[in-house]
Amino acid sequence: MSSTSSTTSGAAKPASTRAKPANKWEQAADWTDGRLGIYSLAKTNLRKIFPDHWSFMLGEICLYTFIIIILTGVYLTLFFKPSMGEVVYNGSYIPLKGIPMSEAYASTVDISFEVRGGLLVRQIHHWAALVFVAAMFVHMMRVFFTGAFRKPREINWVFGFLLLVLGMFDGFFGYSLPDDLLSGTGIRFMEGAVLATPLIGTYVQMFLFGGEFPGHDIVPRFFTIHVLLIPGIMLGLLVAHLILVFYHKHTQWAGPGKTEKNVVGMPLMPVYMAKAGGFFFLVFGLIAAISAIASINPIWAYGPYRPDQVSTDAQPDWYMGFSEGLIRIMPGWEVSLWGHTLNLGVAIPLMVLFPMVLVSIAAYPFIEGWITGDKREHHILDRPRNAPVRTALGAAWISLYLVLLAAGGNDLFATHLHLSINSVTYFVRVGMFVVPVIVFIVTKRWCLGLQRRDKEKVLHGRETGVIKRLPHGEFVEVHAQLPQKDLHKLTAHEQIEPFELPAETDENGVASKANVLDRTRAKLSRGFYGEGSQIPKPTSEEHHEITSGHGHH
Amino acid sequence: MKKLSARRRHPLAALVVLLLALAATGGLYAAFAPAGKAQADVAAQSLAIDEGKKLFAVGCSSCHGLNGEGSSDGPSLVGVGSAAVDFQVGTGRMPAQQPGAQVPRKPNIYSQAEIDQLAAFVASLGPGPVTPTEEQYTSTNPDDLSKGGELFRTNCAQCHNFAGQGGALTQGKYAPSLEGVDAKHIYEAMQTGPQNMPSFPDSTMPEEQKKQIVAFVRHTTNDEPNPGGLTLGSLGPVTEGLFGWIFGLGALIAVAIWVAAHTTKAKKS
Repeated sequence: MSSTSSTTSGAAKPASTRAKPANKWEQAADWTDGRLGIYSLAKTNLRKIFPDHWSFMLGEICLYTFIIIILTGVYLTLFFKPSMGEVVYNGSYIPLKGIPMSEAYASTVDISFEVRGGLLVRQIHHWAALVFVAAMFVHMMRVFFTGAFRKPREINWVFGFLLLVLGMFDGFFGYSLPDDLLSGTGIRFMEGAVLATPLIGTYVQMFLFGGEFPGHDIVPRFFTIHVLLIPGIMLGLLVAHLILVFYHKHTQWAGPGKTEKNVVGMPLMPVYMAKAGGFFFLVFGLIAAISAIASINPIWAYGPYRPDQVSTDAQPDWYMGFSEGLIRIMPGWEVSLWGHTLNLGVAIPLMVLFPMVLVSIAAYPFIEGWITGDKREHHILDRPRNAPVRTALGAAWISLYLVLLAAGGNDLFATHLHLSINSVTYFVRVGMFVVPVIVFIVTKRWCLGLQRRDKEKVLHGRETGVIKRLPHGEFVEVHAQLPQKDLHKLTAHEQIEPFELPAETDENGVASKANVLDRTRAKLSRGFYGEGSQIPKPTSEEHHEITSGHGHH
Repeated sequence: MKKLSARRRHPLAALVVLLLALAATGGLYAAFAPAGKAQADVAAQSLAIDEGKKLFAVGCSSCHGLNGEGSSDGPSLVGVGSAAVDFQVGTGRMPAQQPGAQVPRKPNIYSQAEIDQLAAFVASLGPGPVTPTEEQYTSTNPDDLSKGGELFRTNCAQCHNFAGQGGALTQGKYAPSLEGVDAKHIYEAMQTGPQNMPSFPDSTMPEEQKKQIVAFVRHTTNDEPNPGGLTLGSLGPVTEGLFGWIFGLGALIAVAIWVAAHTTKAKKS
C-alpha cells in the first residue's frame, strides 16, 4: 500500500521563470494560469492527501445526491407551474378527467404523464431527496461517534447541522409544492403549528398565506423558497463546508505513523479524483435504478388538494416524521387566558420540543468542549467505545428520534402488527422518556465491555484456540501476542482526566468557593470521564510484566 | 237527474249500486295493488325464508337469538335488511370466529344460494336495505371513474386511505383494505354501514354516486398497474422512507464499502 505524507507545500514558481511550454496543452495551461493562477491552486490542492475509509465517503453520498437533486430539479422547473389558479384536468390520466384542480397539481400530473422522462426525473428527484437527508444523518453520526467535531471542526459541524435542517425544510417545501391531497394536508399541519405560536401565530399565518388558508399565495411562495432561497443558502454552506474540510485536512484513524500533525493516505489527484468521480456515477446510477423500480409520491393517486378532503396515511417524508410523532402523542391540552386560546397541544410539540431535538445536535460539540476544557486540536478519531458517555448520548438521541418516528407512523404499526393505535401511542408517550435512558445505560456498558476486551487483548493477546497440556496435567489455552500495529491501534487513544474543582480552601485557609458553573462542570466531567465511565487502558509496564512472565495468563 | 231520482226506489237499485261499488273497489285495487310478480313468488319466497330460518338457527342464533332479536353477544337483526346479510356472510365476516375489536374478513363458507336464504329470513324480520342488483353497482359510464374518485376522497379516504388500502381506527379497530372486494359488497357496505363504518343510505348518497365510488375503488385496487413502478403498499411516505433507507442509503453504503475496499495498491511487499 502506497502512502504519502503531506507536509507544507512550496509556492509555485512565477510563470516568467518557467521554461518554454513544450506543447500546446502546456501552452493552454500557461495561458489559464496567467489569468486564474491555477498552478498554485492546483499545487496545493490537487495533491491534497485524504485518508482511506469507507465511512469518510458518507459525506460524498450527501454531496452527490445534492447534485442529483439540483440537476433533476432544474428539469422539473421547466414544466412545473407554481400557481394555484384553478383549471379542469383534461389530460391522459382518466381517473382525474374533468376534476377541477390547481395549475400546480395539473402541471405535476402532466410532468408525470405527458412530459418525456418526467415521471422518472420526478422520482429521481424525490428518491434522491430522501437519500440525501438520510445520508446527512448517517454522515453526521459518523462525525459524532468518532469525535470528529472537536476542535478545530466545531464551526464545520454547525455548517453541517444547518445543511441538515435546511435540507429537511427544503424537502418539506418540495413535498408541499404539487398541491396534491398529501401536500395540502402537510401545509395545513404547518399552518396549525404557526397558528399555535403564542401571540404572533395568527399574524404570521395571515402574512404567510396572504389571507385565510389555503388562499392563492402559498404554492408560489413555497416555490421560490424551495428552488431559490434555501438551495442558494445550502450551496453557500456546502462550499464553505468543503473549503473547511480542505483547510482543516481530513481526520484519520489512529495507526502506525499517523499523528495529530500529519495525514496518511493518498492524493486527490489522481486517486480520489477517480474514486470520487466513479462513486458519483455509482450513486446516480443506483438512485436512478431505484426510481425506475419503485414509485414515490404518486400524486395522481392522492388527487388534488381540497381542504374538505383528507386521506389516512397522511405522513410527512421520513425526516419530518418525528414532528408528526410529537404531535400524535401529545395530549390535546388547551388553556384559555384572558380571552385568548393557548393551544399547548400543538405549541409544545412543534414550537418547543421539535426545535429542541434539533438544536441539541448543534450544541453538543460546545458542551463537550466546555466539560473537557480541551483546547487542543484533534485530528485522530476516537473509536466510539473509547468515549462511552458521548457514544451513549448519541445512541440515546437516535433512540429518541426513532421512538418519535414510530409515533409518527403509529397507525401503520397498529394496522400491520394488529395492535391498538391507542396502545402504540401510550407506549410512545412513556417510551419517549424511558427508552433513551435505557439505551444510554446499555450503550455505555457496552462500550465499557469493549474497552475491557481491548485491554484484555493488549495484555494477554489473542486466543489461538490451541489447547496445551502442561506436564503436571493443567490445560491452558495458548494466547498469541497481537502485532505491534494492532497494539498501537488499541492503545493510541488518550484518556481524559475528570475536571477537579480547586480545593475548598486555599493555602492560607481562606475559603474559595467554586461557582455553580464550575461545580456543574466538575459533576458532568466526573460523569463523562470518571471511574465508572472508562476502563484505564493498559500501561506499557503492565504489558511488559505480563509478556515477560512465562506461561502465566 | 230526474231519471236517476225517479228510479232510486227501483227494486234493483241496491244491486246496481253494489255492483258499481264492487267494480270501483276492484278497479282501484287492480290499479294500486303490488305487482303480480310478488304474488307469483310468494311460495318460493316463503320456502326461502323457511330454509333461511333453519340455516340461521344453526349458524347465527347463538349470538343473534333464534328470531334475530339479538342478545348480549350480538345485535338485533330486525330491520338490517338483506343487504347487510349478503355483505356480512358473503365476505366471511359472519358467522364471527371470536369476539374482538372488529370481526375480520375471512373465507366465506356459505354458497350464494344459502346466503340468499339467510338474507330472505332476516329481511322477513323487518324492512331494511335490499341486496342491490347488478345494474345498481355496475357502472357503464366512463366519467364515473373520476367522479367516483372525488367522492371517494371526500367520504372514504380518511379511513380507507387514498388507494383503498385501509387504515387504523381507535382501540384496535380498523378500516379494512378494499383490495379484492366484490363490487356488490362495496355497494352493500355503503348501504348498511357494517361494524365501525357509517352507513350512506340513498337519502344521503344517491345510488348513482355509490355506483361511481364502486367504479373508482374497483379501478384503483384491482385494475390499474401503477405508472411509477412498485407501489410499496400505497401507504404514503412511511413505506417510502423505509424503502429509501434500506434500498437507497443501505445500498449506497454497501457501494461505498466496496469502493473503499478496492483501493489503489502499489506492488505488494
